[in-house]
Amino acid sequence: MNKEEAEIKKVNIKADKCKGCELCIEVCPVNILSMSEAINELGYHYAEVDDQDKCLSCGRCAVMCPDILIKVYDINE
Amino acid sequence: MKQDKLKEVAGYPDSMSGRDMHYCPGCTQGIIHRLIGEVIDELKIKEETIGIAPVGCAVLAYDYFDIDMQEASHGRAPAVATGIKRVHPDKMVFTYQGDGDLASIGTAEIIHAANRGEKITTVFVNNAIYGMTGGQMAPTTLLGQKTKTTPRGRSSEETGNPLKVSEMLSMLDGAAYIVRVSTHDLENINKTKQAIKKAFKVQQQGLGFALVEVLSTCPTNWGLSPRQAMEWLEKNMIPEFPPRVFCAPEGVDEL
Amino acid sequence: MGEKKLMKGNEAIAEAAIRAGCRYFFGYPITPQNEIPAYMSRRLPEEGGVFLQAESEVAASNMVYGAAGAGARVMTSSSSPGISLKAEGISYIAAAELPCVIVNMMRGGPGLGGIEPSQSDYFQATKGMAHGNFHLLVMAPSSVQEGVDLMSQAFDLADKYRGPVMLLGDGMIGQMMEPVEFPEKIDPTELPPKEWATDGARGREKNVINSLYLDPDVLENLNWKLQEKYEQMQREDVKYEEYHMEDAVVAVIAYGTAARIALDAVQAAREDGIRVGLIRPITLFPFPEQVIARASAQVDAFLTTELSTGQMVEDVRLAVKGRTPVFFHGRPGGNMLTPEELLEEIKKIRGEVQ
Repeated sequence: MNKEEAEIKKVNIKADKCKGCELCIEVCPVNILSMSEAINELGYHYAEVDDQDKCLSCGRCAVMCPDILIKVYDINE
Repeated sequence: MKQDKLKEVAGYPDSMSGRDMHYCPGCTQGIIHRLIGEVIDELKIKEETIGIAPVGCAVLAYDYFDIDMQEASHGRAPAVATGIKRVHPDKMVFTYQGDGDLASIGTAEIIHAANRGEKITTVFVNNAIYGMTGGQMAPTTLLGQKTKTTPRGRSSEETGNPLKVSEMLSMLDGAAYIVRVSTHDLENINKTKQAIKKAFKVQQQGLGFALVEVLSTCPTNWGLSPRQAMEWLEKNMIPEFPPRVFCAPEGVDEL
Repeated sequence: MGEKKLMKGNEAIAEAAIRAGCRYFFGYPITPQNEIPAYMSRRLPEEGGVFLQAESEVAASNMVYGAAGAGARVMTSSSSPGISLKAEGISYIAAAELPCVIVNMMRGGPGLGGIEPSQSDYFQATKGMAHGNFHLLVMAPSSVQEGVDLMSQAFDLADKYRGPVMLLGDGMIGQMMEPVEFPEKIDPTELPPKEWATDGARGREKNVINSLYLDPDVLENLNWKLQEKYEQMQREDVKYEEYHMEDAVVAVIAYGTAARIALDAVQAAREDGIRVGLIRPITLFPFPEQVIARASAQVDAFLTTELSTGQMVEDVRLAVKGRTPVFFHGRPGGNMLTPEELLEEIKKIRGEVQ
């Protein structure tokens, strides 16, 4: 499934405000975050979610983001 | 499955204002702000809390919290906080200060607030440098560390040694809870949150002065990438500023 | 008005603050105003208030900033060198538009100076307190009773203009004992609420007390807003007193302690047949320039006398605009003017301008 069609967005990143610090990239235990090719309006490459399905909803990326740009959700049973 | 089938695991603290923060990419101050916001949410004290912003990188912090705030002059936040707390002893009052603000120009104010056992909470961000003004030496700058005002590296003969605020303040009887923590990795960030929460609870219980010294990065003025800055902090600052609890009231763990 | 009590100036002024609803005092020891913090440390707790001796005047002025920002009627007091230490805090108080009262019992300066009465801080109080285009409303009592009366008005004026008000006395006013009567007590809880204060954002938007304005347009607007306040002060709150000015050909201009001494000299000169009067500014900012400008059309000369090397005299010259000669006689350092030396000056001036 590619990024756009994923119905469930467990990880939501405000890409337009990302400052490209990359701190979230290393803390993801399943390595599904990477820096974009494109540049946002602030002039930075921004963090993107490569595969929403793999996300464990652990929230580590959100804990590490210095600009509080990441919201993480878990699937309600 | 629709988005509403999901429950939020990590979101945006209600006690924060939603304004974009001006901090440099990778600066862990933003993380510390969020931890404070989460603590204020969890303790349900958003409408009871008054924060005091310092002069330094966090000079605009009053824009980032959705609570009553005051902007103090450089180094005087503990005095401003004292004035507020004495007028509203039932409200929660905290200062947010950097190492230049607290450990340099504001040493008298922080020592006497602690010595009076002022029932306020201080979040003291130690990144071993002056950030806002472009990277000058701070009292906590490490020996050998190059800054705009120690171009050959800080030497103890000329400017003495890194100032140990937590060790110093914990000697004062009025200091109820003094703890040093760090933000250089997830584990330490979570410890920082627990420490801040406990420090606010110490204030809630009226047990006296509480200060959390938070080691923090300054990628821009350390001349490092955000990731390298985390490693530099761990390798260089942790040995000089060992994170631990310096003093705590009994029963603080049950708080 | 209650019955008269014999009280020392410092203590009477402190009591007047309490009666005006002030419940918070942050200060620091410095002669010759020590009786104010001492009195407050005894009396404020009795009134459910808070007295705190700060670690320094710098800290004290910032405690006042915090308490005023939290919505309280709050004051501090000090003397000359201590006021210099509070100057930065006062600039922040003015910029953040915080009401408070600051008492300065002046002493000889500059530097550590002396502890005798002086008027060497006129410039500091009215023009150069600290950085930025701002003023304090400055009032100068010349008796203990007037100190009490002005203190009561000071808190209302601070709230009216949302800014710092200074009561400018000196060691004499502070240490002298005179009979005083006090106005009715004000209950601070009955004062109008301060919607802008930081007392916990319950059921309202957050309030911010701040003096940082990185946007120059915003800071320019604040500057002009402050200037409008000062123009309003000039229109509405100038205070002065005139003595024997109706037929005066020479006018002495003096405030505070110097004015008391000058009045003796004026009366002595009258007895010698010299038609001399006294204009006594009570507000030093806003300065009573109109009454002096008017008098300059009537008198042949002004004699400004101060316990200093000459500071208010510059404002007199500005008001007179060169129409009439303005002479000066002063005694700095804590030495006291005498009526005799002033009478001499008046006679000399009278002779010169005849």
